[in-house]
Amino acid sequence: MSETKAIRRDLANAPSCLRGEGVTRYFHTGKITTKAVDHVNFDFHEGELVSIVGESGSGKTTLSKMLLGLLKETDGKIYFQGKPRDISSRAKLKEYWSGIQAIFQDPFSSFNTFNKIDTVLLDCINMRGGKNLPKEKKIEMMTEACSFVNLKFAELTNKYPFELSGGQMQRLMIARIFLLKPKILLADEPTSMIDACSRATILDMLLQLRDEIGMTVIFITHDIGLAYYISDSIYIMEHGKFVESGPADEVILNPQAPYTKRLISDVPKIHEPWDLSTV
Amino acid sequence: MKNTLRQVFHSSKFLVGFIIFVAILLTMFIYPLINPGNPLEMIGVGTFARPGTYVSLYDAAKTPTETLRLADADDKRLAKQLSDEDRVAMVEWFSATGVDIEGLDISDTDALLELWRANYDPAVKPKGMTQAKRNYYKRLDAAIKEVGAADTLIIADTGEGGALEKQGAITKTDYVNVGQVANVKILPLGTDNFGRDVLKELVSAAGTSIVIGLLAGLVATLIGLSLGLLSGYVGGICDDIIMFITNIFTVIPGFVLLILISYSIGQEQRGAAVVALVIGLTSWTWTCRSVRSQVISLRNRDHVNLSKLSGHSLFRIILTDILPYIASYVVMAFILQVSSGILAEAQLSLLGLGPKTTEVPTLGLMMNWAMLYSAHTNGSWWAYFPVILTITLISFSLNLMNTGLDQVFNPTLRD
Repeated sequence: MSETKAIRRDLANAPSCLRGEGVTRYFHTGKITTKAVDHVNFDFHEGELVSIVGESGSGKTTLSKMLLGLLKETDGKIYFQGKPRDISSRAKLKEYWSGIQAIFQDPFSSFNTFNKIDTVLLDCINMRGGKNLPKEKKIEMMTEACSFVNLKFAELTNKYPFELSGGQMQRLMIARIFLLKPKILLADEPTSMIDACSRATILDMLLQLRDEIGMTVIFITHDIGLAYYISDSIYIMEHGKFVESGPADEVILNPQAPYTKRLISDVPKIHEPWDLSTV
Repeated sequence: MKNTLRQVFHSSKFLVGFIIFVAILLTMFIYPLINPGNPLEMIGVGTFARPGTYVSLYDAAKTPTETLRLADADDKRLAKQLSDEDRVAMVEWFSATGVDIEGLDISDTDALLELWRANYDPAVKPKGMTQAKRNYYKRLDAAIKEVGAADTLIIADTGEGGALEKQGAITKTDYVNVGQVANVKILPLGTDNFGRDVLKELVSAAGTSIVIGLLAGLVATLIGLSLGLLSGYVGGICDDIIMFITNIFTVIPGFVLLILISYSIGQEQRGAAVVALVIGLTSWTWTCRSVRSQVISLRNRDHVNLSKLSGHSLFRIILTDILPYIASYVVMAFILQVSSGILAEAQLSLLGLGPKTTEVPTLGLMMNWAMLYSAHTNGSWWAYFPVILTITLISFSLNLMNTGLDQVFNPTLRD
């Protein structure tokens, strides 16, 4: 895996891909207001691999849903490719989704168990405007996408997603992204439900895919070690706020915020006793 | 799908319910083939003929006879003729005249008659007994003597001069073979107040009631399902409006609403289908509420989000990503709606607000007729008890199927 390790790139001057100003989301349950995401500012550049790191409940997933347009923000503005994001109608939303796609945390619940794998992949081809392509061409495209993630389409066709293993499902998810070729990929803890061996393969494929189609990847994780390993820049999130952000080396090697320091010290190290005092 | 079906049929509860229901359905289809004709045809002139085999007397008299000498024939004849009231009256006579009746069993015809023949004297006037009562005892005594005497029944016809001419005679030892009598009618459940064959009517009524239940269940489930899906998935103002309407319907007692609507439609317009529609239109609320809550828990799942990201339309997401996940629940709700639809029809008809009475019988109408002609007070159990049993069986089988399905689809309920 080390051969494919991403070379960290400085993309601070690349054009902005997704930018947010004071993005906020509150949830109201009776009189209690939960500030899931509280006035965060961010700027993701084209081609960058950004990690958003935080513990459970820090608002990562809420933020990702807002970025995807699945959840309305309470306050703040999001800019897509420099222009204010307009998702006011279904057609515009559909247009937006052709530019941003996601991989979810739990592969077992990401697929509709009543649809065959073919349906999932055909949907992607249709979305890219390939609805009227001849059947052979569609099969060729699906085969290509599957072989990119080391799956054999001939074995998968006419099967249901629940017949696959978790790792296979998550790879199928990547195959879906391969077909869709979005500008931004939002990966919400794509490896947290996968065993360690498959995890490396999946990350490897994600990075390969990024290099191949040059998309921006927003990687959401609780694993700061993993984030350091793959990211160009890192945002540290605590209680709905970004407490620290910047290039990966800067954030990890020279952390400023106490929360970042705690996160880094919480990473278990094989050759040292684990410091539990900060937990 | 195949696996699910196998699992469903492995549930003993579902299987028992299913077998009962299928048996009722099969009876509905097969019985009219065996016994065709209009179920509302009034074959009897009197009301409430008892269940049993009816032999045409006319045809029996014309049928060739066989002579059988049966020793207990007279006793049986007497036993049949002496009603319970007669027996009690005989005991009253004994006690009024001071006869020792120690250890006498009034169902023992021989002992009773022996005592009667030994002690009855028409000349005795027991103290306090009215003339009418004494005349009754005289008639009773005459009847007992007549049965004992070797009599024949003479069949006569008016001859040329208007005088009766003997055509033939029937002796007590004449028997006919029932198989040779031209007209024998078996009425397993007798006739009702209009002289209609209850069994034939019941089979037809069960069919109509099940159709009403199915139609009402279908209407209720369709309305409840579509409103529930819409309100649960779309949410927001749409949810508020639909829940407002649902709450209004929930607050007004459904049955009162049902009575008012049925009443306002009027007897003439109230066919079976209209009644089914009215029942369906007033009972969709709880399906709507429960579908809505199921959809709310489903709409934020990842597979729905993925479907949204794939650009699917609202309609398609509801149809392919939500509906299949709640399908098993909807089927169960439908079964319960059918069951409650049948019961609602019975309740309405019992109040006289059911379908019009001239076209088809329903289970509720049969109960209504039995009640109006006081079958329950005059002991004509066959006019209402089989109806109650049928309603119970149908609703029991449907509920059993529902419980069985529940156990298959809700693993936490499995024991």
